[in-house]
Amino acid sequence: MYHVRASLATARRITRQLSHDKRTVMLMFLAPVLLMGLLRWVFSDTLKVFDSVAPAMLGVFPFVIMFLVTSITTLRERTGGTLERLMATRVGKADIVMGYALAFSLFGVIQSLITSLVAIYVLGMDVMGSLWFVIAIAIADTLLGVALGLLASAFAKTEFQAVQFMPALIFPQIIVCGLFVPLAQLPNTLEVIAYCLPLTYAVDALNRVTEQLNVVPEMWRDVAVVGGFIVVSLVLASLTLRRRTK
Amino acid sequence: MTDDFAVLAKKLRVRRQKTDILHGLNLTIRRGAITGLIGPSGSGKTTLMRAIVGVQVREGTLTVLGKSAGDKSLRPRIGYVTQSPAVYGDLTVLQNLEYFAAMVGVERREAHAAIEHVQLTQQERQLVQSLSGGQRARVSLAVALLGSPDLLVLDEPTVGLDPILRNDLWRLFAELATQGKTLIVSSHVMDEAERCDDVVLLRSGRVLWDGSRTALLKRNNTKSVGDAFVAMIEEAAHVSR
Repeated sequence: MYHVRASLATARRITRQLSHDKRTVMLMFLAPVLLMGLLRWVFSDTLKVFDSVAPAMLGVFPFVIMFLVTSITTLRERTGGTLERLMATRVGKADIVMGYALAFSLFGVIQSLITSLVAIYVLGMDVMGSLWFVIAIAIADTLLGVALGLLASAFAKTEFQAVQFMPALIFPQIIVCGLFVPLAQLPNTLEVIAYCLPLTYAVDALNRVTEQLNVVPEMWRDVAVVGGFIVVSLVLASLTLRRRTK
Repeated sequence: MTDDFAVLAKKLRVRRQKTDILHGLNLTIRRGAITGLIGPSGSGKTTLMRAIVGVQVREGTLTVLGKSAGDKSLRPRIGYVTQSPAVYGDLTVLQNLEYFAAMVGVERREAHAAIEHVQLTQQERQLVQSLSGGQRARVSLAVALLGSPDLLVLDEPTVGLDPILRNDLWRLFAELATQGKTLIVSSHVMDEAERCDDVVLLRSGRVLWDGSRTALLKRNNTKSVGDAFVAMIEEAAHVSR
């Protein structure tokens, strides 16, 4: 009972913190929509290309943004002494990680919903399959961003370093995930690497759901792999929270 | 026997990057008293406090409230206030206290009580980042009071406070001590030691004195802890020569 309360209190606390920072919240919700609009504008004369790129972007946006927000918030907690203070209470490491995952998923869900709805109903992105599946994948991507952000924050000492993790860890995944070049056309070694990275599966699932009417087994494989990465990263992240330091 | 002491250290040693921060300390801190941890900056006060709280990697024996420092069962029994206030600047005073109350596992109304203790009821709904340094330090202190822990470890809690407020805080500390709580208060200001029952004098990671303040003054035949500190440093230098 205590642990549930601690997780929920942590989620509530983070939500409250963000709600005091209205500009961050606005950016979080509006930036993806504006980028989606920009993309649609760029491909005005080649709407087919927009249809093939846009779904993947639904997975990329929440992933990138949540990675950044989470890694910086967590880093502040580590360097500001509040984490040490929390670790001095009876709270479990998992309670804190769960709280983070919960709070940022909430923001991620709202963000994904707004972006997906605008992409589909305003910008005319074609989705053959279930809209719910699109949103579910987008939420999974949000969680993936949160989980990797939590983990990355353990290896950063300053906010500058945390921000640099984005080009270092996130951009390579975006480049090889099949967004720019289909996986089959990648050099063999790179293709193998791409299949080791979580974003590849998220983008694959989103591409399939927009092209296929029914949920095919490959989509479940994609969801399972992304889910696996989330769980492993969250577990590793909770291990990086230390009660005792040098 | 060991139960009379809140803290008992034997050959307590802390190393950071191959240099000793604490050189095998032996010291005792009495229960139910205010002990001043006095020494210049860099003398190891914070490191000793971190060790007592149990967040510092260390060697040697360190018993706190009858358990080895860092023992899980000690967590709810110790309140620790770090030098820079460890609270959330982007939350209000009340939101901070409510959150930590949930984490400590006490009722929400304790949040209000703690805020009252440090006289911040008027600022309850202000964001912590909009408060002055002294007020922020008191928010941090209020958090440590949650769950009324038996041992309070306070790292320079009165730095930068105006004299009236400082007085009020020392009165609060005295009140807590009469309730049977143990307080360890660090300071680099010698005057503050005059407010303590006991003192631990720390210099370059070594203990010059631990025990009663009056006994310290008597031994060195001095009127102030500051003078006694100087006398003890000179004596130590003399002995090593």
